[in-house]
Amino acid sequence: MKRSFLSRVPVVAQLRQSIGVQRFMLSTGVIITGVYVLIAIFAPLLAPYGFGQLSNAKGNFGSQQAPSAAHLWGTTVGGYDVLSRTIFGARTALVAIVIAIVLSLVIGVLLGLLSGYFGGPVDRVLVVVCDAIYAFPTLLLAIVISIAISGGSSDFWSGVFSAAFSITVVYIPQYFRVVRAEVVRIKVEAFVESARVIGASDMRIIFRHVLRNSIRTLPLIITLNATDAFETLAGLGFLGFGIEPSHAAEWGYDLQKALADVTSGIWWTALFPGLAIVLLALGISLMGESLNDLADPRLRRRGAAGEIAEPDAAEVEL
Amino acid sequence: MTTSPDTVPPPLAPAPAQPAGAALRSGGGLLRYLIVRFLLIFPTIFILVTVVFFLMRSTGDPITAAQGGRLPPAQLQERIHAAGYDRPLLVQYFEYLGQIARGNFGTTFSDHQKVTTILVSYGGATLELAFYALIVAFVVGIPLGMLAAYLRDRWGDAVLRVLSILFYATPVFFSGLLLQLTFSIGLGWLPVAGRADTGTELEIQSLAHPTGIYLIDAFRTGDPDAVPDVLKHAILPGVALGLLTAGVFLRLVRTNVIGTFNTQYVEAARSRGVREFRLVTRHAYKPALIPIITVIGLQIAMLLGGAVLTETTFEWKGLGFELNQYLEARDFVAVQGIVALLAVIVAVVNFIVDVVAALIDPRVRY
Repeated sequence: MKRSFLSRVPVVAQLRQSIGVQRFMLSTGVIITGVYVLIAIFAPLLAPYGFGQLSNAKGNFGSQQAPSAAHLWGTTVGGYDVLSRTIFGARTALVAIVIAIVLSLVIGVLLGLLSGYFGGPVDRVLVVVCDAIYAFPTLLLAIVISIAISGGSSDFWSGVFSAAFSITVVYIPQYFRVVRAEVVRIKVEAFVESARVIGASDMRIIFRHVLRNSIRTLPLIITLNATDAFETLAGLGFLGFGIEPSHAAEWGYDLQKALADVTSGIWWTALFPGLAIVLLALGISLMGESLNDLADPRLRRRGAAGEIAEPDAAEVEL
Repeated sequence: MTTSPDTVPPPLAPAPAQPAGAALRSGGGLLRYLIVRFLLIFPTIFILVTVVFFLMRSTGDPITAAQGGRLPPAQLQERIHAAGYDRPLLVQYFEYLGQIARGNFGTTFSDHQKVTTILVSYGGATLELAFYALIVAFVVGIPLGMLAAYLRDRWGDAVLRVLSILFYATPVFFSGLLLQLTFSIGLGWLPVAGRADTGTELEIQSLAHPTGIYLIDAFRTGDPDAVPDVLKHAILPGVALGLLTAGVFLRLVRTNVIGTFNTQYVEAARSRGVREFRLVTRHAYKPALIPIITVIGLQIAMLLGGAVLTETTFEWKGLGFELNQYLEARDFVAVQGIVALLAVIVAVVNFIVDVVAALIDPRVRY
């Protein structure tokens, strides 16, 4: 069954078939994430000051100033404007997310496809390696990779790449496991068999027939991947492996500096960057969970059956 | 930090099923599964240790990392030579593997402690924290998950699911800061940080053989104030770390309870007139708990990663706190040692979890 182009765009399609609570959750997630993307793009226009700015014409901002008209969310212990750094932090987070997703998605899916399709000893070794890494704490790996990349101290790119690479290393196994399992299941099905009979090459079968049918479970992993990426970046920042404030704004770094403020009752330095992390994570996770529920027949909302009962296009499409 | 496998059984069933799959399906049974699963510990440890070793060495030797710039080049070279870091990397690698095989994870550079000694002195604290966190996770996650399943597709369900996301998606250092701001600074009910008051701390340290698990040590001091004091200090860190896992449990229980609604035995109970609430609390939840056991294996990794952050936030002197201290000191020998040791612990704990899961649920080992 051919559907219109718009309804085949991942999130749009699900938005259409969802109803009620699920639709609300999915659209909330999409909106929150969208707002962050906009904030990241237009950060220089939205932020009252620069992320590394310590003074303006009126002199130094001052350290740990309470929220006021000049600094709506106050200033940090280092004398930066909290609002501006929170806004610019969205940029750093999104860059880390994009790099992490692209790297792990491409490598993980490719490995899963080839490994699952061809099998053999390489496949078995890959499975063991992936299982080993799969269970390892992300943050510890991130620390080690951060040391390897930059010796611990970071400018913008080495900080972002430390987080992105470590997330990539941890997430390749996730994509690999899911895609490989699907490929192993699909490659013995009749339509693959018939493609082979009419002389399609392995590469054509893999990328034309198998790939399409093995990526249905990916949206959830992608959203987990995204949340983990920027939260690992924040975790590294919190452990002092963050990006220097003069290079970029990063929420985890700001929270590390805010840790000491808390005991003296200064709340604004911790609250805003923290909320920025939580809200972004919430937005992405809402999207991921709703997409996942819509793909899972056990969880799909009853009553939407009419829309969903149509044969799954991905399955029959050759 | 938010790694949370969703629908269960997780994508490929627990770790062992795949690689061992061929061997397992060809007959055998429980014993065979256990042996294969046990043997898998070794490649796992080998792979992780190898990855960590080469990553840590990719930028150079640890002595330059710690002392570079502070020592004259000649002296630096001398030290590097004395420690053997100027030999070919592969030679060092095989030597390192040999050491690990003998249970030697190295000696820290900054204060000349054996990494295994650090584990003995600080492992108890991390274990205790993980224990509190798991209690919080069970107490909060499972009932709320059942409630969400009961309320499925209604607004109460949506609220609970947002709550679950907030639980597992809030970085533990931020929830920690919020808890500190509210309950320590604002309300003054609980201590901000640390594992015990100074008095209790001294009493515990004067014990003959402190276990490092303060709850046990506090009982042994015989001081009636020690136990409540230790527990008071444990609440905030336990909650901060526990909520992470509680969020994962919540959605897992919800998903799986809803999954059992379509089974025949629940259908049968429903047709006998069993009320919906009783269905959830008496019938549907039991099979939904099995996946929890499988997931605990993965949660161990999350708890360990979270422990580093929680311990730093609350100055909880465990392995994670120590790791952070060595990070700050740029003592990469210690970091490598501790991370490698944690890799071994993760591998062993996952083995135990898989064994328990196999004993309980025959589907795991088919």
